[in-house]
Amino acid sequence: MVQGVAKLSQALIRDKRLENLWLLPASQTRDKDALTDEGVGSIVADLRTRFDWILCDSPAGIERGATLAMRYADEAVIVTNPEVSSVRDSDRIIGMLDSKTVRAERGERVEKHVLITRYDSGRAVRGEMLSIDDILEILATPLLGIIPESQDVLRASNVGSPVTLNNAASAPARAYVDAARRLMGEAVTMVVPTERKGLMDRLLGRRAA
Amino acid sequence: MMNLLRLLGGRPASAPVARERLQILLAHERGLRGQPELLGLLRAEILAVVSRHVVLDPEKVIVRMERGKHVSTLEVDIEVPNGFERSLAAAG
Repeated sequence: MVQGVAKLSQALIRDKRLENLWLLPASQTRDKDALTDEGVGSIVADLRTRFDWILCDSPAGIERGATLAMRYADEAVIVTNPEVSSVRDSDRIIGMLDSKTVRAERGERVEKHVLITRYDSGRAVRGEMLSIDDILEILATPLLGIIPESQDVLRASNVGSPVTLNNAASAPARAYVDAARRLMGEAVTMVVPTERKGLMDRLLGRRAA
Repeated sequence: MMNLLRLLGGRPASAPVARERLQILLAHERGLRGQPELLGLLRAEILAVVSRHVVLDPEKVIVRMERGKHVSTLEVDIEVPNGFERSLAAAG
């Protein structure tokens, strides 16, 4: 599409599971550098006329792909986990959101939210992991949600399904749904995941695997 | 309870170390952000002012910013060729 070869209606793929979800994949055959600022801009402008929400997935890190993904954003969800390298990259991305986006250049704000993934409250309590407060204090950005570390995520990823559909009752699935509702403006109480331990674990001070 | 376990041979808490590393790292990186433009601007203007009176090699003008916790220092290092007084007299 960026090359002007395909039309938007030809490039969009309807999701098999959700009837109001459409996907626009990045080219897997062409060079990643095929994406241009103008190209992405015109596609986003086109999509804006057809959809309520456009989610631009960004590659991890702070490279060109990430700058292109954020370029035309109105809002940004910064997904970070409690590791030094991840929080560090998030801080840089927040800096870019405030300076390198079209909105920033027009003197407007890109609304920012932090989504913390792979959080293990047990380890945080034991001082083995940065806490939610640590991360929020460092990034100085409002919290959208906390996704607990869970085996359900890899299980869902292995079978090519989002965890929210693969196991909707699981803790990470509920946390993702809550975060999405907050993004849409609903007031959903923030639940800090707590570790569930058996009585024997408690008595023996055993660590959860 | 956790402190007791730690006393009894548990591993020391590593999160405070992570927190401190991040704070140092980010203080440094945030300091660098936007700084190149400022230093470039200062360098160009200092060069312009000094060149009005002294013949200079533009490559020998170095402007450096050192960020400290309470104060920062701006270091300006200008190498002047010998015999610059003559150029001073010529200019003035």
